[in-house]
Amino acid sequence: MTDAFTDHFGALRDHFPGQDLPWLAELRDRGLQRFAESGLPTPRLESWKYTSLRPIEKVDFAATGVPRACVSIDQAPSLLPDHTDCHRLVFVDGHLRRDLSQLGDLPAGAKLLPLSEQLAADPDWLQTHLDRLDDSQLPPMLALNTAMMMNGFVLHLTRGTVLPHPVEVVHLGGAGDAPLAYHPRNLVVLEEGSQATLIEHFSHMGEQAYLSNSMTEASVGAGAILRHYKLQADALNAFHLATVEAEIGRDATYDSFVMTTGARLSRNETSVRLNGEGATCHLNGAYLVRGEQHCDNTTVVDHLVPNTTCREVFKGVIDDKARAVFQGKLKVHRDAQHTNGHQLSKVLLLSDRAEIDAKPELEIYADDVVCSHGATAGDLDHDALFYLRARGIPEAEARAMLIEAFLGESIDQIAAEGLCPALMTSIGHWLADSRREV
Amino acid sequence: MLEIKNLHATVDGKAILKGIDLSIQAGEVHAIMGPNGSGKSTLSYILTGREGYELTEGEILFKGKDLREMEPEERAGEGLFLAFQYPVEIPGVPNTTFLKEALNAIRRYRGEDELDAMQFVKMVREKTKLLGINDEMLKRAVNVGFSGGEKKRNEALQMAVLEPAMAILDETDSGLDIDALKTVANSVNLLRKPENAMLVITHYQRLLEYIVPDRVHVLADGRIQRSGGKELALELEEKGYAEFAGAA
Repeated sequence: MTDAFTDHFGALRDHFPGQDLPWLAELRDRGLQRFAESGLPTPRLESWKYTSLRPIEKVDFAATGVPRACVSIDQAPSLLPDHTDCHRLVFVDGHLRRDLSQLGDLPAGAKLLPLSEQLAADPDWLQTHLDRLDDSQLPPMLALNTAMMMNGFVLHLTRGTVLPHPVEVVHLGGAGDAPLAYHPRNLVVLEEGSQATLIEHFSHMGEQAYLSNSMTEASVGAGAILRHYKLQADALNAFHLATVEAEIGRDATYDSFVMTTGARLSRNETSVRLNGEGATCHLNGAYLVRGEQHCDNTTVVDHLVPNTTCREVFKGVIDDKARAVFQGKLKVHRDAQHTNGHQLSKVLLLSDRAEIDAKPELEIYADDVVCSHGATAGDLDHDALFYLRARGIPEAEARAMLIEAFLGESIDQIAAEGLCPALMTSIGHWLADSRREV
Repeated sequence: MLEIKNLHATVDGKAILKGIDLSIQAGEVHAIMGPNGSGKSTLSYILTGREGYELTEGEILFKGKDLREMEPEERAGEGLFLAFQYPVEIPGVPNTTFLKEALNAIRRYRGEDELDAMQFVKMVREKTKLLGINDEMLKRAVNVGFSGGEKKRNEALQMAVLEPAMAILDETDSGLDIDALKTVANSVNLLRKPENAMLVITHYQRLLEYIVPDRVHVLADGRIQRSGGKELALELEEKGYAEFAGAA
């Protein structure tokens, strides 16, 4: 597999955006070298203990070079009831589709554009953000992304800029005639006091297998607020690997919610560094998986300075032979007194063969902190089920009501108007599909 | 309306009901009284089809239909209602959603048109007014954070909304203050019509002051030991269940 990706690199080398920039060409080379050394992560790596990428190795992925014109589509779906005002970027099979995108009226001080354009317009600015990772520490998938990054977007808000409307980024996969692999690289920079809502929607146009290995770097400046919500409803034979690295400044907030219903194998890996006093992050998520799906949510939160807060709740519904992984690491550094960190994983196991591996991890080097973690797993509440049925509600509906209620509590917390109904609808569809199969 | 013949039932393999015969006609209110552990709650769960409660012998006919083969929701559709001794908390489900789903599920079962949101709200408001229940209770999640009295009031409201042909009240008076007791009794008495019937399961006679029964049965050791008119309840209140202790 490592060879296949190396081949992709060779084939695409001349197509990579910014290849004329020496720093970027070198960065890519170093990424590839690092990946060639490490190969795909295996369960021998502590952080990949419960998620095996073996199924990826069995697919013969082609590299996605130039966009193919044959994919015909008039418009991309939206998660927002009224998306006329929002700023939309639509990617099909990893490529930006300008005809489907709509940048809208961006206020002064706001920039939203594809990575390739930013490379052409202001490569120096981009270099300060991209070329700062320590190569030797680069995890394998990130190294691969660094080598192969091709598409993606840049969102940059200057000091005090508030985006009144959300940015919606839609990714549609599975349209091709061969399995494709792509590695989007996104950059979000919110300067002091700025605010944005970023909604990512992964869906599919066909059932072809595809691999999306994305990396999003977010920098949230002092007092800034980034609301970052994602629905991953990829095709059921897709592979979805997404890494988010966020740096949160003084009194800034990063509010994140990741919902997963799709992909054969998915991993959301989020690392947050709270490095300004008063920094807050909410890392929440919900997932519904069945069949032989595998869904991994891995988070690492570093509390680096005093008075930072992290709240984390992941709720999952697992049916059939599906498997979920929750790894939550909370690291309170020596100076980070008065850290407030809470983490919870709650799971409903709907079948005997459903599985959850929950691994909370607290590493605390400060002595005056309030931290907690918890993990629960169980069946639907039988008493509640009987109560609903005794009132006339048929079993399937009663089960659906309880599942919706279980996840709905998390979704209600999302601070993006209009998004909650879309997520509840996706839960409704999932439950309806489950019932149809019975 | 309800015919129970030679009913035997087990819970976790243990025999709890050991041959019950009971016949309740439309328009009647029957009370079942008995000491703790006599099988009163088992009877209510057997009638409503709870998992883990197994009917091993005998039969139950409700409006002439055999209940044994029916799922709990079908029994509710037929008009059977159990007011729970311990109403269940359901986080995340608003009370009003629950009531509407239940009512419309039952209407669907009967081949009747479902009520839309407007019709439903209007109907529920009438019921809450009639029972003196604060509408605020409708917005809260089902029974979550409700006091004991509020939970029983909520059972009464469900009963008033669903209008069952036959209500079974399982220890509805346990842990109730006098006001909540009256709300429950009001709700029950609203249903007291010639075409409806009621089975009141209780340890004490207190509730029967508000819901006056036509027949009183003493259940002990899984069997009905004695039956009589409403005066039997008073006699039990005075003498206790000692007389039946030998049987239990």
